Amino acid sequence: MLEVTGLHVAYGGIQAVRSITFHVKEGELVALIGANGAGKTSTLKAIARVIDAVGGDVHFCGEKISRLPPHDIIRKGIALVPEGRGVFPRLTVAENLAMGAFVRDDKAGIANDIEKMYAYFPRLKERETQLAGTLSGGEQQMLAIGRALMSRPKLLLLDEPSMGLAPIMVQKIFEVVRAVAAEGMTTLLIEQNAKLALEVSQRAYVMESGEVTLNGESAQLLNDPKVRAAYLGE
Amino acid sequence: MDIFLQQIINGLVQGSIYALVALGYTMVYGIMGLINFAHGEVVMIGTLVTITVAGLLIKVGMPVALAGLAGLIAAILCCMALGWGLERIAYRPLRNAPRLTPLITAIGMSIVLQNLAMIIWGRNYLTFPPLLPKMDFEFAGANFTLVQVVIVLVSAATMGGLLFLVYRTKLGMAMRATSQNPAVASLMGVNINRVIAAAFVIGSALGAVAGVMVGTYYEIAHYQMGFMLGLKAFTAAVLGGIGNLAGAMLGGVLLGLIEALGAGYIGDLTGGFLGSHYQDIFAFVVLIVVLMFKPSGLFGEKTGDRA
Ligand SMILES: Nc1ncnc2c1ncn2[C@@H]1O[C@H](COP(=O)(O)OP(=O)(O)O)[C@@H](O)[C@H]1O
Ligand SMILES: [Mg+2]
Repeated sequence: MLEVTGLHVAYGGIQAVRSITFHVKEGELVALIGANGAGKTSTLKAIARVIDAVGGDVHFCGEKISRLPPHDIIRKGIALVPEGRGVFPRLTVAENLAMGAFVRDDKAGIANDIEKMYAYFPRLKERETQLAGTLSGGEQQMLAIGRALMSRPKLLLLDEPSMGLAPIMVQKIFEVVRAVAAEGMTTLLIEQNAKLALEVSQRAYVMESGEVTLNGESAQLLNDPKVRAAYLGE
Repeated sequence: MDIFLQQIINGLVQGSIYALVALGYTMVYGIMGLINFAHGEVVMIGTLVTITVAGLLIKVGMPVALAGLAGLIAAILCCMALGWGLERIAYRPLRNAPRLTPLITAIGMSIVLQNLAMIIWGRNYLTFPPLLPKMDFEFAGANFTLVQVVIVLVSAATMGGLLFLVYRTKLGMAMRATSQNPAVASLMGVNINRVIAAAFVIGSALGAVAGVMVGTYYEIAHYQMGFMLGLKAFTAAVLGGIGNLAGAMLGGVLLGLIEALGAGYIGDLTGGFLGSHYQDIFAFVVLIVVLMFKPSGLFGEKTGDRA
């Protein structure tokens, strides 16, 4: 479904992503793990066209998307939950969700999906009319995920949903990530929390200084001594 | 007491004009952090276009009310096109330039537009055709005219329309989202270029309405009239908290009131040393005081609230 070939991202002289190649198949939950600064966020941003890649190609459902303007990516069916949530602080919770459905016109369907998001995250329902900027970090993460799902994407890109959250929040959010994936949502999950990511995903890629150094079944990587030493703190 | 109420009425009228113009500054600033110093000139062109169009139609025998309406519509369309063109030609190429560059460009555009207007309409003062019948009212010892009533009502209705657009429509929601986080808004499918263009076009339309009101009120216009008006409206926007819509409205009305009351009492306060023709200093005293003590304005937040 998603094919990334030789993607290269640089900021001035800094090579953030050095020609990486990977793919995500329909229905899969794939993890991209790696230490801080490995180039994970840059990879996702380049796929979503928020930044320009220096080289390489991205194909989605057989179509080349690496030259599209950023506002067309979601129309192709890709929704990104950005690092640090990126909620609109002075829009209400309900308005943030409505923004997620900006590209849709089916009013009834949108209203339906908003209720579905409230069912995933009852906390959001309680905060419906509150400004998003007043929510806790965990609630903002819930909102960012709900907002991305509101576009009914074919592919969900998650950039470190566990970042800076209390373990109980992380648990709640990953329950939903799991549930959404179980309903068939193709997902690419980026995480520094390698253990968590390897536990929920089927396959994973390990990134180091802008390159993919390892990849395979998540269950196997979880038992790989190198991975255990470098990313699971053993 | 009489002069007090009278000056409140005058201030309210002047203030509602400032408010409409201030909205043009604040909308553009809210979306892209640019102070469009050419906005005052957009207002001026709105006034002059109305003079030409309404004047011509009246001359060929169209009823004054209809001619006035046609002049207003012509001004709105011209100013919208002008706002769109300014963004497209002057500011969009500088989107990623250092902040000072578009600011200097804005001042440059303001000079270009003034000179353009001078070439088209000449250097002399032009008479604005009387579009409304002369009618006077009296209330508790204060006098006001039909023109003043219409100015306050039209600007209130226009501002109501703007609030509806920004807070109740999808375009408005996209504008608010873009002002808060443009990169994420584009992830949601918002074409940022279109939203920025919309801010310019809508702000210019409000400016055109203000331009027609200024012409109707003072019955006179000139290619340099946009400068002082623009500066005062900018002051109003800063007073309310630049980037904030409600702030621009309140700031405009407040500035109008401060000026009118200041002009009414400055003679008494200075023992006759300064007369009411010094009223322009109040706007700049306000600007300096706000910038010194509360640069974020009445409604602004520390982080710069961009509505
Ligand atoms: N906007 C930027 N400007 C310059 N360098 C950047 C920028 N964003 C990221 N980098 C650099 O690119 C590298 C990869 O960063 P990033 O993609 O954020 O990694 P990760 O998400 O894996 O932590 C890092 O060395 C980082 O310092
Ligand atoms: Mg990152």
